[in-house]
Amino acid sequence: MAMLFSDPFDSLLSFQQALDTFRASNWLGASPSASGTYPPLNVFRKGDDLVLIAEVPGIRKKDLQVQVKGNTVRIAGTKAVQYGDNNAVHRRERLAGRFDRAISVPVEIDADKVQAECRDGMLALFLPRAERDKPKSIPVG
Amino acid sequence: MSDRKYRIQEKTENTMARTQALEVQEKKEQVSKEEKTVPARYFIPNTDIYETEDALTVIMEVPGVVKQAIEVSVENDVVRVEARIDPGKYEGFEPVYTEYNIGHFARSFTLSNKIDQQEISAQLGDGVLTLTLKKAKAAMPRQIAVN
Repeated sequence: MAMLFSDPFDSLLSFQQALDTFRASNWLGASPSASGTYPPLNVFRKGDDLVLIAEVPGIRKKDLQVQVKGNTVRIAGTKAVQYGDNNAVHRRERLAGRFDRAISVPVEIDADKVQAECRDGMLALFLPRAERDKPKSIPVG
Repeated sequence: MSDRKYRIQEKTENTMARTQALEVQEKKEQVSKEEKTVPARYFIPNTDIYETEDALTVIMEVPGVVKQAIEVSVENDVVRVEARIDPGKYEGFEPVYTEYNIGHFARSFTLSNKIDQQEISAQLGDGVLTLTLKKAKAAMPRQIAVN
């Protein structure tokens, strides 16, 4: 019964608190719009630059979309699996569908110099670190 | 009856899965009965198998494998595929963030149909290996005309 006649100021206060927590939290913040964990990827460091390698078997080059902005890389696309007609299916393990994934790397990338290569079902992105982001060596005099 | 029901259910699940976003499939490491002399990791490639009237089609996902590094053999009704990646490509790379393991691929299937050993074709494109195993003439269904 007490719940029915709760104090209006009390509920307003808790609403305000919830809003504050929402704004202060990292969750649902200004993150990239993409989601999902496909394709799986490995990130390597080569000298100053980063190399991102994803396994994308069965995805054609034209079905892949790569975007780079700031330190965020977005990989999106469609994976199609062709099923012929009049077939008896014995085993079906390959998955098909759409994917959209964005990851942020801890260094700033020179978006103009990014190279993408897709060969034998592997997508490799060469992400050169931006010149202005590189640490400066200071000679000790 | 129950079998049929199960099939229908499976079908709806498959169509559902197609509209969903892709998910990451865990790479299963192969636990082989035979041991290899070279210590290397082998994974089980995701495979689709279809059967048509005259052939069996085996489709495997082997990302990162070049044509020359694939071995397909059929012996004693067992089709065996071994696909090797080139680990040398990762030389000088220092991993900073990893989500999947790197290794060779191997998988074998015992065939339930008689296969014409001479008529096996293999194709590789975008990291997907397609094997077409033509059924032996004797195993094909024969139409018998009724007079």
